[in-house]
Amino acid sequence: MLNNITIGQYYPVDSPVHRLDPRIKLILTIGFIVSVFLAQSFSGYVLLFAFIFFVSRLSRVPFRMLLKGLKPLRIIIILTFFLNLFFTQGENVWVEFWIIRITREAFLQALFYSLRLIFLVAGTSLLTLTTSPVALADGLEILLSPLKKIHFPAHELAMMMTIALRFIPTLLEETDKIMKAQMARGADFESGNLISRARAMVPLLVPLFVSAFRRAGDLAMAMESRCYHGGEGRTRLRSLKLTRADLIACLVVAGFIALVVCSGLFLPF
Amino acid sequence: MQTDTQIDVKDVSFTYDGSSAPALSHIQTEIRPGEFVAILGHNGSGKSTLAKLLNALYIPTEGNVVVCGYDTRDEKLVWEIRRRAGMIFQNPDNQIVATVVKEDVAFGLENLGIPSEEMIPRIESALSAVRMNRFADSAPHQLSGGQKQRVAIAGILAMEPSVIIADEATAMLDPSGRKEVLDTIRMLNRSKGITVIWITHFMEEAALADRVLVVTDGSVRLTGTPAEVFGHVDAMREMHLDVPHMTALADELRREGMPIRDGVLTVEDLAQEVEKALCPLKSAT
Repeated sequence: MLNNITIGQYYPVDSPVHRLDPRIKLILTIGFIVSVFLAQSFSGYVLLFAFIFFVSRLSRVPFRMLLKGLKPLRIIIILTFFLNLFFTQGENVWVEFWIIRITREAFLQALFYSLRLIFLVAGTSLLTLTTSPVALADGLEILLSPLKKIHFPAHELAMMMTIALRFIPTLLEETDKIMKAQMARGADFESGNLISRARAMVPLLVPLFVSAFRRAGDLAMAMESRCYHGGEGRTRLRSLKLTRADLIACLVVAGFIALVVCSGLFLPF
Repeated sequence: MQTDTQIDVKDVSFTYDGSSAPALSHIQTEIRPGEFVAILGHNGSGKSTLAKLLNALYIPTEGNVVVCGYDTRDEKLVWEIRRRAGMIFQNPDNQIVATVVKEDVAFGLENLGIPSEEMIPRIESALSAVRMNRFADSAPHQLSGGQKQRVAIAGILAMEPSVIIADEATAMLDPSGRKEVLDTIRMLNRSKGITVIWITHFMEEAALADRVLVVTDGSVRLTGTPAEVFGHVDAMREMHLDVPHMTALADELRREGMPIRDGVLTVEDLAQEVEKALCPLKSAT
């Protein structure tokens, strides 16, 4: 059961997008987010959609995985759409009865705002779907390392992320074990109302926390005994190297952003 | 620096912060290069504390511990000592840091600042020394307890240590995992000449060592070869420690009047002795 859990939403296939340097992917995602906000016209949104479609094709991540990423946000997206639809002022009235007044401007704004949200989520999902959490932590560490000068703990943050990822399966296994042990003693985790179910979690969470703290102590000692002394003077096994593909990806995204900007300036719709 | 003693424990006492009674008092021992030393004791005897003093995780309250010529009191030498005296702990899960086996083996090397080109061959040879190279790209939670301990050993081995300290490394494993880990360590001891300090409460494991130290209530009570130590059947029992089953059986038979020599440890030893006792003529020929 625990062997096939996927951590985060990483979709492990081999593709040109998966092979890109995590640092580049992080920067390009930020670039994409900027371009989402730069898109001002209908043609801009068509370009954004085309880009997402192209990248998801290239990455061999099924389109439904992207849609799955949107699911938790559907309420926010729908809410954004209707709030903008009903409360934006405009000239060209389409529908008007009682207190409801829908204008052409309101409809377009509602559409664009919700599309913007959808593209933001889809773009960042593509990053997490194609980059393993460990690679992401590595990339973040390197990108944030200039901030070490102002005492930002970039290395410690990345190390904490890696250790957390390493211990998720271990702690899941442990939760399972404690749960079964408590159930064997008559604990009931499934029936009753919300409050009694929350209370039933106490005998599960207390031992879990105690053991997590003990593990943390043990691990700290094991790390120290293997000469761990923080990020200073540390080398890494997987050194990240930029390749031609990274350069091409940068150019493609830069071109794409330029295109989005131009579409807002020169295309009439 | 190569000297006659690899680890020199000079009249060491240790008291935990906030505790009045010392966990260890006046420990004195020398460990030679290439030796396989078992430290035996029941829970709370101070054997784990002793292990942690040997690679500078703890600093003695009194006395000195000198590892490969380096005194653990000198703070500047801590990393030199820990590189040379690697430690394996009891819980296989709580000592693996990375999400992939080969990256975990790399952890120590990364801490030492070894360039990555140099790491790759060292990781490969460490993993093949513990016969785990097939699992280089596996996730730790897919491995058995014994395999995880072998990965931990590989992580130490990659740092090219002269001493491996195993602090009850087999206590949480099933019998086959125990055998797997013990066999790996004995092989490293014999083929690479790595000094091994094997802390355990399993008598059968201690019986395989060159020398056994029995620790009770913070001091060394008995020391010698396994045959010598387990010969003191009554003294061992008094310390609430068992002796290997065969030693105990030999002792019973001796009490019943059978002429069996001291120092019987294994089934083969005892079988030979019994055969000698029952058919004196046959074994003489």
